[in-house]
Amino acid sequence: MRISLEVFAVALKTLSQHKLRSALTMLGVTIGVGSVIVMIGMGQGAGALVRTTIQGLGSNMLLVFSGSTTAGGARTGTGANLTITVEDAKAIARECPSVTMTSYGKRDFSQVVYGNQNWYTTISGVTPEYQLIRNWPLATGTFFTQRDMERGNTVCVLGYKVYMNLFGPERDPVGEEVIIHRVPFRIIGVMGRRGALPGGQDQDDQIFIPFTTAEWKLLGSALVGYASIIFASAISEDAMTEAEQQIRDLLRQRHHLPKDVPDDFTIMNLKDVAEMQAATGKILIKLLGGIASVSLIVGGIGIMNIMLVSVSERTREIGIRMAVGAKRSDVLVQFLIESVVLSCIGGLIGVALGIGSSQLVSLLGHFPMLLSPLVSLIAFGFAVLVGVVFGLYPANKASKLNPIEALRYE
Amino acid sequence: MAGKELVIVEDLHKVYRMGEMEVHVLRGITLKIDEGEFVAVMGPSGAGKSTFMNIVGCLDYPTRGHYILYRQKVSTLNTNQLAEIRNKKIGFVFQSFNLLPRLTAVENVELPLIYAGVPRKERRSRALKMLWAMGLKGREYYTPSRLSGGEQQRVAIARAIVNQPILILADEPTGNLDSVSAREVMVIFQRLNDQGITIVLVTHESDIAQYARRKLIFRDGKVVEDTGAVALQPLLKGGTA
Repeated sequence: MRISLEVFAVALKTLSQHKLRSALTMLGVTIGVGSVIVMIGMGQGAGALVRTTIQGLGSNMLLVFSGSTTAGGARTGTGANLTITVEDAKAIARECPSVTMTSYGKRDFSQVVYGNQNWYTTISGVTPEYQLIRNWPLATGTFFTQRDMERGNTVCVLGYKVYMNLFGPERDPVGEEVIIHRVPFRIIGVMGRRGALPGGQDQDDQIFIPFTTAEWKLLGSALVGYASIIFASAISEDAMTEAEQQIRDLLRQRHHLPKDVPDDFTIMNLKDVAEMQAATGKILIKLLGGIASVSLIVGGIGIMNIMLVSVSERTREIGIRMAVGAKRSDVLVQFLIESVVLSCIGGLIGVALGIGSSQLVSLLGHFPMLLSPLVSLIAFGFAVLVGVVFGLYPANKASKLNPIEALRYE
Repeated sequence: MAGKELVIVEDLHKVYRMGEMEVHVLRGITLKIDEGEFVAVMGPSGAGKSTFMNIVGCLDYPTRGHYILYRQKVSTLNTNQLAEIRNKKIGFVFQSFNLLPRLTAVENVELPLIYAGVPRKERRSRALKMLWAMGLKGREYYTPSRLSGGEQQRVAIARAIVNQPILILADEPTGNLDSVSAREVMVIFQRLNDQGITIVLVTHESDIAQYARRKLIFRDGKVVEDTGAVALQPLLKGGTA
């Protein structure tokens, strides 16, 4: 018998005679394929998330905080006593060969009022370089300039969330005034949307003002010249470790720290943090992927089991077919096609289920799933392979039956 | 009884092994069946009739001896070649009909044509014609469970002859039928024989055997009586008791 469409039609018809049995048999493959797709989607999504997060953080950015670290890398003294200064930031930009530019900042929390609207948010005093280092485009308007810094102008750039809360999507806020700490600020721009940091902090929920303005108008004069954070941009991604070492050496020298005294600052390499998170995620996904492939194999065993049952149930049919001229290969193909059709249908449903639940996960879990048609195709291909591999033994058994005994079988 | 030799068996032996035991089912059968004959095979159960039929029907190999079907030495053929002979040259009719219960009458008749590689449309039309010739018009799309025993056996006969075999092997085809259906079936066999198809039929009933023109009586794995043996005398080597 040639393997034609007709053979598939016959197999489909045979399988449809035991609908529940066929459905239950497919289930294993369906779940296997579905979960493989979801797992890979999650894995690729996580990878992409890490990439976009790193890009979103700015070009090759390093952060320097006040306070020391413990050996484990957890930051202790959370800037309670400020140790890094504006001069430190400038020195880093000037003297570290692997650093292209730096910015520095201070932050406070305050009520912001516009007309009858108000919002409690973070006020970040930064320098104009901040926008470049963070590689953060504006939704509308402009970022403040060096001139605004020098003069301490009361201008501000709203984070996207602040803008949405105070103005709503329809109104253009540029040129309007908001009151921060009883000081009126003119809005000159709105930052583009960035979303939350890996740590959970919403980057869109803040207002940027010039660093000098923050020092002079909002934060009091006691800590003038100190910064709570320095943003440094390395010349390339590969140079980040080098840049980190140069900054450490420079700051230790500037802070006159003897060899046996620990750092009074913390350098955070966000790429490392993100990669560590991604690595943890990848291990988990590999584990789940392993479970998914095991379930695919279990599904295959289910198919083999039911095909063996089918072969013994249909022994007489096999005998009849052989008597009227079916070759052993005809019988083999017939049963093999049945198991392949089972696994194909199971696989197709699994693909649909996998894509469906991926959409659900990304919708409900706010997790970016990356689905590629190739992955679905490969998962489906594996399902077909499972059907062939696990269908081979029952089909071979059927084809090896002795026609006389098969005809006599009750 | 003129015509070509269709079946020639010489010193046919069949031994089954059942663990330590050896069961000698056929003990040297030598005979010849010409094209166009209608042969009844009779004898008590266990005499080796069915085994003889299985070997003649290319479902089984003899342990020893030769079998020549239509000038072809069957004992040397492989399973695929046997399958092809069963498909093209031989039609089987069984006591228990052996129709596939899930298929309709016409689909059952189509089976041999599927394995002969006949295209779908031609298959259907040939199968339908066979059913009509068996007087089953209106029953084409019934499944076997909705057909009477006689009708089922006629479907089975349609299946046996749909690929135009030269030999029909019927193993107690009337064993499960009432006398009216049995007569109908035998009339059909007779008609087929008149058309030139060779028929070998196993039966216990002597009135069924009356339809045949030659009787072979088996006992203990040997042919003890052959009414057509006169013409074949030279071939028999101590077959008669």
